[in-house]
Amino acid sequence: MPYPTDLKYTKEHEWIKVDGANATIGITHYAQESLGDIVFVELPKVGTEITAGKTLGTVESVKAVSDLYAPATGTVTEVNGELATAPEKINKDANGTWMIKVTLKNPGELGGLLSAADYEKFVTEEGGQ
Amino acid sequence: MPAVEAITPTIRKTALNAVHRQMGAKMVEFNGWDMPVEYPSSGGIMAEHNAVRTGVGIFDVSHMGDIRLAGPEALAAVQHISMNDAARLAVGQAQYSALLYAQGTFVDDVIVHRLGDDDYLLVINAGTREKDFNWVRENTRSFDCEVEHLSDDFTQIAIQGPKGVYLLQKVTDANLVAVKFYWVTRGTVCGLKNILIARTGYTAEDGFEIYVPADERTSARVWSEILEAGREFGVVACGLGARNTLRLEGKLPLYGHEISDTINVWEAGLDRFCKMEKPEFIGRTALAQAKADGLSRTLVGLEMVERGIARDGYKILDDSGAEIGYVTSGSPAPFLKKNIALAYVPPRFADVGTSVKVEIRGQGVRAQVVPTPFYRRPKKI
Repeated sequence: MPYPTDLKYTKEHEWIKVDGANATIGITHYAQESLGDIVFVELPKVGTEITAGKTLGTVESVKAVSDLYAPATGTVTEVNGELATAPEKINKDANGTWMIKVTLKNPGELGGLLSAADYEKFVTEEGGQ
Repeated sequence: MPAVEAITPTIRKTALNAVHRQMGAKMVEFNGWDMPVEYPSSGGIMAEHNAVRTGVGIFDVSHMGDIRLAGPEALAAVQHISMNDAARLAVGQAQYSALLYAQGTFVDDVIVHRLGDDDYLLVINAGTREKDFNWVRENTRSFDCEVEHLSDDFTQIAIQGPKGVYLLQKVTDANLVAVKFYWVTRGTVCGLKNILIARTGYTAEDGFEIYVPADERTSARVWSEILEAGREFGVVACGLGARNTLRLEGKLPLYGHEISDTINVWEAGLDRFCKMEKPEFIGRTALAQAKADGLSRTLVGLEMVERGIARDGYKILDDSGAEIGYVTSGSPAPFLKKNIALAYVPPRFADVGTSVKVEIRGQGVRAQVVPTPFYRRPKKI
């Protein structure tokens, strides 16, 4: 199962794992597969406010540049510094490779995000498979 | 109520389209063609790129077009419409050249092959097939030569990389060692007689391009026999993604990027393929004037100094933040492991070592002018 059920998903292909008021954010298996070899990740600094639906950073593969969208509103508390030098880790394990950790402003707003089953259905349709 | 008809432009497919899909290639639209951009089963763009640099990779390049000029005045016609000197070609030899508008800008870049005494084959770009053919036909009317559009007749497969010669030799009776770079021969390939084999490519590596009949069965058989023959050399199928990064490392121009109908030969730095000593060719007069006028911009190679990747279309800034040019092609270079770009800038910024900035998402990111090509294949011992 490429999409763990304890994560929530956006239609822009981010995942978010919520633990109370704290959350961890990354990109999905489908996203890394579509991008191909990931070579560059640009993430916000600790303390940055991110807003649900707005861009929070960028991920680039050899051939493409893609914006990262915030699945929720909150404040960045930690950034995965490893990705500056080893962005290919995302290709190897997208679900297990987090990008940022945030303190959520309103944990209740996550209702609009997709469940694993809905996300899988969404990407199957989007991928035209 | 009348149904609303969706007008979808026809997406063209090569004879190998089903094979690519079967192999699980990621497909993209490129200049109206449904083409493989990378094959996850080959390991993706970086793995494909590095296979060509160190071993061998094969590409379906059937989207490329072909125009044949044959007849008593074929040479005169080719000389009139192209900037290189086709009179220097022996039978079996090929040259890089370009078709130019009267103002000295590009209709397209081409490889001119001399197949016989009065028989020339121009290999042209996918996105410019019809434009090129119409332009060639229009501009060769006064010559006693036939102009044929053969683009749909061939499946063109490129076998590229230092081990390409060993791979192809396994499936052909042609003596490939005797075929020098930018020469062509004919031979039996995978049991098909009289196949055109050119030692050419678009990867800045040694390699061959073969032209086999375009029917699906033959194309699929040849493709799979080549993959099979190449197994001992670690051959992989490669898509347009690797084709682009390979050509960029070698500073090979791409139509619509480094060359176009608004860029002239001197700006693009293709002087050595433009033979002004020829008495006449379309574009020559304007180019002579342009040379006298001097350049307002020139193509340079950039390497990113600070963290960031220059991409096609990004702005080039000077130290004060003023816009001075733009990126024509930019990408991570998988073999060189650097972020590189080609860009047009005014000549005063063209010296190697000059520091400029590339505007990436609103930020000026430091880059410097470096010698090109970024990659040059090692000379054979």
